[in-house]
Amino acid sequence: MTSGMRRTGTEKTMKAVLLISALASLMIVLLIFLFTMKEAMPAFREIGILKMLTDTTWRPGNDQFGILAMIAGSGLVTLGAVLLGVPLALGTAIFLSEVAPNWIVKIVRPSIELLAGIPSVVYGLFGMVVLVPLVRMIPAPGNAGFGLLAASAVLAVMVLPTIANISEFAVRSVPKGYREGSLALGATKWETISRVILPAAKPGIISSVVLGLGRALGETIAMIMVIGNSVILPAPITSNPLSIFLSRARTLTGNVAVEISYATGIHESALFATGVVLFILIILVNSSARFLMRRGVN
Amino acid sequence: MNRRALNQNAAFAMFWIAGAVAVLIMAFVVGYIMLKGLPGITADFFTSSPRGGLSGEGGIYSTIVTTFYMVVVTLAFAVPFGVGAAIYLTEYSGTSESRMVLKLVSVARFGVETLAGVPSIIFGLFGYALFVSALNFGFSILSASMAGACLIIPVIIRTTEEALKAVPTGYREASLALGANRWETIWKVILPSAFRGISTGILLSAGRIVSETAIFFVTLGGSYRVPHSLMSGGRTMALHVYYLAMETRAFDKAMSTAAVLVGLIVLMNLSINMITNRISAKEYK
Repeated sequence: MTSGMRRTGTEKTMKAVLLISALASLMIVLLIFLFTMKEAMPAFREIGILKMLTDTTWRPGNDQFGILAMIAGSGLVTLGAVLLGVPLALGTAIFLSEVAPNWIVKIVRPSIELLAGIPSVVYGLFGMVVLVPLVRMIPAPGNAGFGLLAASAVLAVMVLPTIANISEFAVRSVPKGYREGSLALGATKWETISRVILPAAKPGIISSVVLGLGRALGETIAMIMVIGNSVILPAPITSNPLSIFLSRARTLTGNVAVEISYATGIHESALFATGVVLFILIILVNSSARFLMRRGVN
Repeated sequence: MNRRALNQNAAFAMFWIAGAVAVLIMAFVVGYIMLKGLPGITADFFTSSPRGGLSGEGGIYSTIVTTFYMVVVTLAFAVPFGVGAAIYLTEYSGTSESRMVLKLVSVARFGVETLAGVPSIIFGLFGYALFVSALNFGFSILSASMAGACLIIPVIIRTTEEALKAVPTGYREASLALGANRWETIWKVILPSAFRGISTGILLSAGRIVSETAIFFVTLGGSYRVPHSLMSGGRTMALHVYYLAMETRAFDKAMSTAAVLVGLIVLMNLSINMITNRISAKEYK
């Protein structure tokens, strides 16, 4: 064999190997979906998808496997995180891209990077030790501190870097000419930001929030540590409807993590079904974020 | 002052507050963990293993060892796939006009984007079903690191792609013009010049493994002994924080372990920034 043939051979082999690596992610996604689905099938067949999704009672010992309480728990804690976190994240993004002098950016951006790097178990610990006792001081009967409010606050900080980074990028991507044109017409900096730049960056900003939602729905460990994990449909604990956030709850993620290690039979299958619901929910959320981002580019 | 200027001042004040609050939250979380955690950190804390029991006695030696093994083994699984995928997506995808290849690339890209959005507990669930149960690897470093690899493959792909794109096109053209084929160009020219960028991606992924808890909670078993093989279970430092806080309720030990974790993450962030700055300094020359 000549060296030229060997070189062409290596080239071809490597190209095939690299193609396989490139397709590995897709294969992993498919494998995960098929495997989780297969394990969830017995639960879907024996309990019924509709029954699982609409029943609020989860009592594995009693063969009752409704996950509506967990869907509500995940939904409410994510809503809480959005209400608390989005204004702060967007404010920070606009601050970084439009308002802050350079030397301040050099302090704020690494701080956000560090927030993104802090392990979720550390956020959970911080929540247990600092936030839960604070929430417990709110006078309401049965308020133990553990619950949706503490969990939402922790989650708000955890999604802050995602939302702030992506929306800062969206704001910075608005063409310079828009800014200059608006300022040249006599608009103030704030008028330019609020009426020209933000509308132009809107698709990116919205998709940053949606991606944040996806991260929030998927968070597990920090949620287990502060949300109380009771399988109850969250309800206001006083006459004030906002006190629903003082209620304990359990997330879909928490349901899987807490029980999988000892579950067997149909119980185990129901946990995989919980995983399938979570998986589909997050894929829907993430693809709508991607759709929004692409529409924004065109 | 007129109303328009007043409006602007009010709005900008809000943005300053938002920026300040973000920094204060970081300072408060990190400061609190350090303040509460550092007093419990002695030399003994690093060199003795947890002794079990409800008071959370002992140090974190075995959890450091497990964390180290987890990082090394997970990277060993994920780096070849991640870097390989990134090379294909940046270096080969543009060269071929064949519609088949373009289709494959867009399908592969869809896979990477989807994988990047999958929450870690799903990887845990998958790892539990496939590696722990079906393949009978049990709760072990092997099962946990294979599940963990799914988490970091997208990270490695994204950072490696960026590093490859930063290599000037002229390098590729010069190498091809000298008669090297595409693989030789990648191996001898592009990868060496993208090395720093790729290493920041690997460091970032190592950080993700150090921080990860959910996947390992359902695949690693949680034994506090020093692992002796790939088939041993164990607990990483992050997992140890969870067990200390939730099961033994030893909050002071949990704080000290968390302080070590946060310190490690800060160090990793600093080195990533240092490498990145050096890359951009080189580009400006």
